[in-house]
Amino acid sequence: MNQQEPLLEVDGLHTGFTIDGDMHYAVNNVSFSVKPKEVVCIVGESGCGKSVMSLSIMDLLPKHNGKIDKGAIRFQGRDLTMLSDKEMNHIRGRDISMIFQEPMTALNPVLTIGFQMDEVLMNHTDLKADEIRRRSVSLLDQVGISRSDQIVNEYPHQLSGGMRQRVMIAMAIACQPKLLIADEPTTALDVTVQAQILELIQKIQDEVGMAMLLITHDLGVVAEMADRVVVMYAGQVVEDTDVDTLFHDPKHPYTKALLRSIPRMDEKQEELDTIKGIVPSLKNMPQQGCRFVDRCPEAMDKCREIDPQLGEEAQNHAVRCLLYDASFPNEQKQRGVGS
Amino acid sequence: MTQESTEYLLQVHELKKYYPVRGGLLQRRVGDVKAVDNISLDLKRGETFGLVGESGCGKSTAGRTITRLFKPTAGSITFEGKDITKLRGSELRSLRQDIQMVFQDPYASLNPRQMVGSVVSEPLVNYGYGSEAKLKDEVMQLLERVGLPADAYYKYPHEFSGGQRQRIGIARALALKPKLIVADEPVSALDVSVQSQVLNLLKELQEEFNLTLLFIAHDLSVVKHMSDRIGVMYLGNLVEVADAEDIYRDPKHPYTQALISAIPQPDPRKKSDRIILSGDVPSPQNPPTGCPFHPRCPKAMPECSADKPQLKEVNRDHRVSCLLYE
Repeated sequence: MNQQEPLLEVDGLHTGFTIDGDMHYAVNNVSFSVKPKEVVCIVGESGCGKSVMSLSIMDLLPKHNGKIDKGAIRFQGRDLTMLSDKEMNHIRGRDISMIFQEPMTALNPVLTIGFQMDEVLMNHTDLKADEIRRRSVSLLDQVGISRSDQIVNEYPHQLSGGMRQRVMIAMAIACQPKLLIADEPTTALDVTVQAQILELIQKIQDEVGMAMLLITHDLGVVAEMADRVVVMYAGQVVEDTDVDTLFHDPKHPYTKALLRSIPRMDEKQEELDTIKGIVPSLKNMPQQGCRFVDRCPEAMDKCREIDPQLGEEAQNHAVRCLLYDASFPNEQKQRGVGS
Repeated sequence: MTQESTEYLLQVHELKKYYPVRGGLLQRRVGDVKAVDNISLDLKRGETFGLVGESGCGKSTAGRTITRLFKPTAGSITFEGKDITKLRGSELRSLRQDIQMVFQDPYASLNPRQMVGSVVSEPLVNYGYGSEAKLKDEVMQLLERVGLPADAYYKYPHEFSGGQRQRIGIARALALKPKLIVADEPVSALDVSVQSQVLNLLKELQEEFNLTLLFIAHDLSVVKHMSDRIGVMYLGNLVEVADAEDIYRDPKHPYTQALISAIPQPDPRKKSDRIILSGDVPSPQNPPTGCPFHPRCPKAMPECSADKPQLKEVNRDHRVSCLLYE
């Protein structure tokens, strides 16, 4: 498993937006990889760049001001950033597909469910018209939609949020993709419906044998779904490890604080741990040093001067923090002298 | 009665809120959306009562009807021993001093053209506590108390982050020193790290000002953290009411059990036995007969579709509406 070639390799990705004539990086030097059949979760709070990263992979950035500035996105060895629009269209929806947070805005309200599903199959397969419709209906069956033969003739507004997300999943797996990118797929759903959808995604992932990049802010969903977790903060990867290590031996002060700040069902807590302050906005990003320094309970003076690098803390466990930087002398690692 | 009214700040009895559905050529009333269909609850002084449920279960409508922002269709609301169900005009206006709300969306609930100082002092000015200038010190103290910098007074809402805006909303609700605050999803628009800041603040303030809090949210782990007692709503009905710990440790209603099992736990070593409910919440315009939960209930019995269960005490301070316990 460890020796396997990665299916997706994001390498030094810089994605920026032009604001008032200046380039600001929402994704700043992000690297990680996804192996075949692996579920990788990208977790972070709003504004940490996780959605921009997924849009970069799909080449769906807003054309007028967003662009990939540096870095490579290798999918099965091919650099997606070098492909023409036509080549990318061929990959998008067939080899890599995506489901979005808000299934209502992702579906076209004036076209029937069947029409929108047929379109995917029409573009990416050689099936004949009548076969296409039959395949659409069977896909709806596969995602657990009853009366699928009638649903194909209905419009998105006639379905509930959970049903729409099922339709999105059916469309996404129509061509048996090798990679599914799911950007907050259950955030808009109620918790009992979320449980249905997560179970469905797990089942489908298993059946299709695809890898998945799951983007979420919900650490509960991460614990449920992930094999591997990439924690992002302010456009950078701060920690990257397997799911068990992340929850039971987190290293980065941000990851630790994030885990402590969620209310636990199984414990009675008087007070929740908090992270002071807020995520810096794109325009107010610190130019030097660690981006978490102002909120970090373990900050040191050096943290303001040195840009920490994402280094291997242990095998399969990378952390971006001076505390775990071997090149930084141990005696200087006095905690809490910053701020 | 007098003793009861001192223990309970708020008593809600068989409260209903229906919205008419109109149709046809003459726009006649053809049906009702039963947003709140018969809920009864009592709030003790100084406690936090959590109201939890999924979208469309009527929890927000219940909150707004209790604060009399909406007119109840039926039932009664008693606040400090006084029936406030039918208050109007100046009496209703003076009631608002004692009952305040904190809203979900900190972006929509603040006037973008109003300076924060003026937002927070407005309730005080409205109720004749003096002019804005005279109240400035008091408002500044209030802003400081909720954790905002002193210069916040002269700034506009857009200059603040979501968490800070929610603090402004809390300061505004506190300004009149109310007895009851109804907080409707106060943290659901916030990130976890900021959410915990706001939750801690609400808890501190509650103790400091001896507030009674009706805390409405969809996230059971947040509600459990905040509340002394919890009421679980489904399709306009309260299906279970108990102590916060009891709800989690010993949920009785099949819906509560499913709701708790559905919450993903932030620990990969704890894989819970999940109860997956089928289908979606039915429309409150056309609720199922009998128990509102029976079409999705894994433990449904034939009689569940015929008889509507009532909220009954099964253990001390633990009430459930389910035929399994009757």
